[in-house]
Amino acid sequence: MSNAVAHADVHGGAHGHAAHHPKLQHHFETMEQQKEASTLGMWVFLLTEVLFFGGLFFAYMLYRIWYFDAFAEASRSLGIGLGAFNTAVLIGSSLTMALAVRAAQTSERKATVTWLILTIVLGCVFLGVKVVEYADKFEHHHVPGAHYIWAAEHAPGEGSAGAAASEAEHAAPAGGDLQRLTQIFFSLYFTMTGLHALHMIVGVGIMGVITWMAYKGRFDSSYYTPVEMAGLYWHFVDLVWIFLFPLLYLVERHT
Amino acid sequence: MSGHVSPKSVYYSIFGALMVFTGITVAAAFVNLGALNFPVALAIAIIKATLVVLFFMHVKYSSRLTKLVVATSLFFLLILLAETFMDYATRGMAPPLPMLQ
Amino acid sequence: MLDTLKLPERHYLNNGHGLKSWLLTKDHKRIAIMYLISISVMFLLGGLFAGGVRLELMTPQGDLFLADTYNKYFTMHGVVMVFFFLIPSTPAVLGNFLIPPMIGAKDLAFPRINLLSLYIYWLGAAFFFYALFSGGVDTGWTFYTPFSSFASNTNVIPTALGAFISGFSSILTGLNFIVTIHRMRAPGLTWFRLPLFVWAHYATSLIQVLGTPVVAITIIMVFVERAFGFGIFDPSRGGDPVLFQHLFWFYSHPAVYIMILPALGVMSELVSTFSRKTIFGYSFVAFSSLAIAVFGFIVWAHHMFVAGISTYSALVFSFLSFSVAIPSAVKVFNWSATLYKGSISFETPMLYAYGFFGLFLIGGLTGLFLATLGTDIHLHDTYFVVAHFHYIMVGGAIMGYLGGLHFWWPKLVGRMYSEFASRISAILVFVGFNLTFFPQFVLGYMGMPRRYHAYPDEFQVLNVMSSAGAGVLGIGYMLPVIYFLWSLKRGEVAGPNPWGASGLEWQTQSPPLTENFTEQPVVHGEPYEYTPHVAREANLV
Repeated sequence: MSNAVAHADVHGGAHGHAAHHPKLQHHFETMEQQKEASTLGMWVFLLTEVLFFGGLFFAYMLYRIWYFDAFAEASRSLGIGLGAFNTAVLIGSSLTMALAVRAAQTSERKATVTWLILTIVLGCVFLGVKVVEYADKFEHHHVPGAHYIWAAEHAPGEGSAGAAASEAEHAAPAGGDLQRLTQIFFSLYFTMTGLHALHMIVGVGIMGVITWMAYKGRFDSSYYTPVEMAGLYWHFVDLVWIFLFPLLYLVERHT
Repeated sequence: MSGHVSPKSVYYSIFGALMVFTGITVAAAFVNLGALNFPVALAIAIIKATLVVLFFMHVKYSSRLTKLVVATSLFFLLILLAETFMDYATRGMAPPLPMLQ
Repeated sequence: MLDTLKLPERHYLNNGHGLKSWLLTKDHKRIAIMYLISISVMFLLGGLFAGGVRLELMTPQGDLFLADTYNKYFTMHGVVMVFFFLIPSTPAVLGNFLIPPMIGAKDLAFPRINLLSLYIYWLGAAFFFYALFSGGVDTGWTFYTPFSSFASNTNVIPTALGAFISGFSSILTGLNFIVTIHRMRAPGLTWFRLPLFVWAHYATSLIQVLGTPVVAITIIMVFVERAFGFGIFDPSRGGDPVLFQHLFWFYSHPAVYIMILPALGVMSELVSTFSRKTIFGYSFVAFSSLAIAVFGFIVWAHHMFVAGISTYSALVFSFLSFSVAIPSAVKVFNWSATLYKGSISFETPMLYAYGFFGLFLIGGLTGLFLATLGTDIHLHDTYFVVAHFHYIMVGGAIMGYLGGLHFWWPKLVGRMYSEFASRISAILVFVGFNLTFFPQFVLGYMGMPRRYHAYPDEFQVLNVMSSAGAGVLGIGYMLPVIYFLWSLKRGEVAGPNPWGASGLEWQTQSPPLTENFTEQPVVHGEPYEYTPHVAREANLV
């Protein structure tokens, strides 16, 4: 490194802005470098999100194995129709998002805006359905905490078996107190879908900003990175749901 | 400077496939496959996720570094899941450590 | 020639004045300085908590504080030192400042995210201060459930949220470094021409982005359990407290490598500079940083041997924990080989390096006692563990940080500090440190448990030694504040390369320009080339 020679004045002479793309940030040398940095940055961020949700997925996996019957019962109380509908909606929003990115890549401003708006709409539909589902849970006292009730019509609670099942270290306690153990399912249900919904709300917000920028004509085939990055984030949120849906809604539907 | 532009038909086909797989996973849940229900549901989810990652997120056409980032996230997720599960799965298989009896 | 050196006219410190130019800066160097001030404040706070602990432990009885109060002292000492001092320290200060110039870049990849990372750190610290002024926390920095999620009546939620928020600061720093190192190296600067400091920070950043999210979700789970009564870890609701420990340590073990890896990177720079020799086994040292990062992720349950995990998994984790010692040893061997037949000297940064070698070695070797399943049964939760990790964290990480700070200080501010004062300080730190923590190995071996405010009489002598050492150590830490501040106005002007070191950062003025370089450097040579030409330039020959 002692042989390093200071060279290569990239801008050449007077620092004229006409020489480079208006969107080039000054610590980068080329648009290519900037795009590569943004892309890598977004993917590293998504990597953190994988690990973030991963911890929850392990907790889910453990308790599903330990308390399968309670999990199956609780899962059956979720509306499979709404869940499947929401899955279709979210996958559809990924489609519209991908098409939005494509439109930006090909400098089609109007199409970009249209597809982005559709993505937002579908995202809002998803969130709306979640509101309906959550409201239903509130009504049925399925929100964990002080007011949680696992109603008798689902299954009689085995009160006395609860004590034996309280040693968490034994593998797969059979049966057990449904009042207690279905509550664990719902704790995970609300934490997982709640965090997912939070990510969706942020996503819708981001989409709003991107849509506005697209409307203003900020993107074309030479610069569409923000649309692409927002798209990656959106697809990731879809990915999480692709796993949440079967894990939460489809534990055991064949009885 | 622009990345790979997929034809619209690719996106529509992938969407179609994702819908089909969603339908399959719902239908499969109503069939009693015993212990296989969970692996089947998981496998279908993984297939769907792979399609989204490769085509909607363009990883198929992305740099090696992007693919490495994706692989790394899955690798460490696997370590978290597998090594933790190793503890729970082997409980009771050997005498407990001394002083803990 | 030296007497006529003047500070450069334009540099990053005088490029813009006023609070706004600092608080809204995108300059990684200014952000680094703000981090320096912030973590120094937190270090003082953490030190005060430690002072409380050591004061109480001077007598066998619990006569200074109530037991609950003592619990708060050691808890908050740990929370501050881990989350608000050690995790940021070298990366946020030295890494932020030095990585762009070391790779010939004008700034990090995402300057605004860098600033955001600082704001997030401040927000996390604010939550912690709120918790502190509301009465503190007593769960231990490890927040074990169900005490933290259910039973403790102290301010768990604000503290946990403070840690959670500061975690995002760490993630964003790591993300920024990864993208920067991948995408912003100057022409000719291939991976294997990078300074080892950069390799170390790359490995650290991998840990930050992979591990921190897991503790983030764990804290969220504790939060929902405590705030909303969700049952996830509470056994009375069917939950498993060991699950918390798995998820917590999945991050917290790699976290200790976040704390030590940057210091190891500093060591490589110091060793080669102050032996005037190319580092021995460059690629081994580079790969060892990566190996530490990867292996560090697979060993976490060695913190849980007595928590009730299965015997088989305990065996596996114990065996794997030995593997993580190997790359650390590789580094120590390569540094030793670098020193051998080198032209070694004893400037303050190098004094910290010599201290580091001995203390890191002891810390690392005692880690093996703890990794060994059989001995850990006896040593777990004793002062042996406390001594082990302080040897690494303080004898290792903090000495590395201080050594680096003393080495690059002239680059940061353009002036030298008093070498005499700094050597005194380094010696006080070394002596004070050993006096504080070596007795704790003996105490632990003799059976004194950690996190107790009272102990049997026979342990008093060693405890008094330890507390006395802590006093000396504290003085040693305060001196740099004085002579560093003094150097800002009265220090000798340093020039671009006062140590005659290699590295792109030494090819620019001190302090650097905001944009670091007037023209983009192009790299031809290998790293750590020490030639007479360089030495003459630095007026060392």
